[in-house]
Formats: sequence, C-alpha cells, structure tokens
Amino acid sequence: MSEGQIKKFMYVNRKAPHGTIYALESLEVVLIAAAFDQDVSLAFMDDGVYQLKKGFNTKGIEVKNFQPTYRALDDYDVNKLYVEKEALEARGLTAEDMVVPVEIMSRAEIGKLMETQDIVLSF
Amino acid sequence: MLHIVNKSPLDRPSLDTCLATAQPGGALLLIEDGVYAATTGNAAAGKLTQAMGQLKVYALQADMEARGVADRVLDGVTPVDYGGFVDLVTEHTTCQSWL
Amino acid sequence: MAIEINGKSYETDEEGYLVDLNEWNEDVAKILAEQENVNMTDQHWEVVNFLREYYNEFQIAPAVRVLTKAIGKKLGADKGNSQYLYELFPYGPAKQACKIAGLPKPTGCV
Repeated sequence: MSEGQIKKFMYVNRKAPHGTIYALESLEVVLIAAAFDQDVSLAFMDDGVYQLKKGFNTKGIEVKNFQPTYRALDDYDVNKLYVEKEALEARGLTAEDMVVPVEIMSRAEIGKLMETQDIVLSF
Repeated sequence: MLHIVNKSPLDRPSLDTCLATAQPGGALLLIEDGVYAATTGNAAAGKLTQAMGQLKVYALQADMEARGVADRVLDGVTPVDYGGFVDLVTEHTTCQSWL
Repeated sequence: MAIEINGKSYETDEEGYLVDLNEWNEDVAKILAEQENVNMTDQHWEVVNFLREYYNEFQIAPAVRVLTKAIGKKLGADKGNSQYLYELFPYGPAKQACKIAGLPKPTGCV
C-alpha cells in the first residue's frame, strides 16, 4: 500500500478463546498491522465476545494468557472495539464483564460499519 | 456411558445432538469451549439444566478458569480436575466425544 | 544454543533470545548484552527494566513506536524519542533491549 494512504481495516472476531487459535492469531495480526498506521477497528461477534470476558486464568490448561494484551491495544492506537449486543445477551454477559472499554452495538449497526470498510479480515 | 462435549453450544450443534442422543443414567462432561454451556446466562443453560434430570453433568475446572467463567457455574454442574476427568473415563465402559 | 553461567545453562533460540523468560537474571542480561556489543549503563538498565515491567503487565514486547511513546510517558520526553533509544541500542531498541531483557522477539518487529 502506498505511503500516506490510510485505509479502513476491520477485524471481525467470532471465535471463543483457547478452543481454536483464531483469537490469538487475530490479536497478533492486529498488533503487527498497527505498525502501518491504518484506521483499525475490531468487531467482536458471536462467541468472539468471550475473548474479552474478564478473568482468564490459563495456568490449568498450560497455555499463554493473552488477555492482558488486549489492554495494550490502546498503546497501539487501536481503540475502536465494537461488541455485538445480541451476542452478549445470549451469553449472559454485560459491558462490565469486558476486560477493556468497548462500544456495544447491535448486529445491524456492526453490519453498517462493515459496509464502510476498505478491508475486512475474518477470524 | 460418558458423553464429552468440547464445542461451544452457540457455535456448533454438538451439545444439542449429544442431549438428544444421550440415554438416562449417563454422564456428560463439558471441556474446552464446551464449558460455556455450563455458565449462568448462556442461552444453552436452560436445556442443560433440563438434561440434569437424566444425566450427571460435569465441567472441567481448568477450562472454566482459563475462560474467566469459573465464578458463574450453573447450579447442578460438578467441577472436575484432570484427575476427575480420568476417573470419569475409567468409571464408564464407553465414551462418546461429540467433536 | 545456550548461555553458561557458573555451570548453569540457559537455553536460547536460534536468534539468541532467551527461551524461558523466568530464567532471566542480571547476569544473564549482561551476557546477552555482551553478545549484542552493548555496554550496560544505568540508562540501559532503565529501558530493560521498563520492558520487563511492560511485558509483565501486558504479556507482550511492545513495538518500537509503542515503546518510545510509553517510555516518554514513564521516564520523560527526553527519553521517549527514538534518537535516545537508538543511541543506547544501535541495532534497534525493541530488538536488542528485548533480547537483553529476556523477552521474546517483539510482535510486529519488522
């Protein structure tokens, strides 16, 4: 991509953490791509909202706890985090359960935002 | 027999198929993303509670802790550690994993 | 690969990064610094310790842009600029300082 041209990137996260590698892979791609100073937003839909559920303790399953890294996203100027309202409701979760500040949106609202993106990355 | 579900109830139909198939007197062990079914407020909580009349339901503690949901376990679910997992497998002659 | 100190061996990967960051101590850091031709001063230690704290909190070695900004916030603007950090770690502050701090290679280190 040519210098100075800012594109809108949206990462769509729909998988629960740990059960598959998608959550961690997405987070790593976001951090790597943040070096390119693009307009980045993250959407958390379906089981993806579980990625932000506070209180991971991964000692027992012996994998790295990557949840604290979500709190570093702000340092990387990634601060547009959208969480699907319907997904939270279906899982008995609320904004207070989220490990970082997020904006809660309906599926339809996220859908509209998705339409405005230059690039959508699916995880 | 022992049934094991490792998929989130809101991502795959594994739990539904398991509950529709399992016969009374059996046991169900939830592991990995399957443990979300055993959390309060999850859309699958109702059918899991209903199934408890016929099945003993267990959930792997380490997987609940890893997902930050160990403090919202559904009533009637028995948490087990890895040793308990092994005990369940040996106590039952057969085991079906709904992968 | 490995580093030997007083008969104890510390495993490193093919690029010289410490494999287990829990094994890190100042003696290991000094050897890693020697391998990078970095002469550790108080200013170097300040950055290395900052990186270890950052990793403890966020489980990530920050990219250089993030490191610069975060150092500026914590240690002052005179230190939160890439010129200062590159003077301390000429081959890249993120890469060299992370290695000396016993952290994995930074994510997004290009």
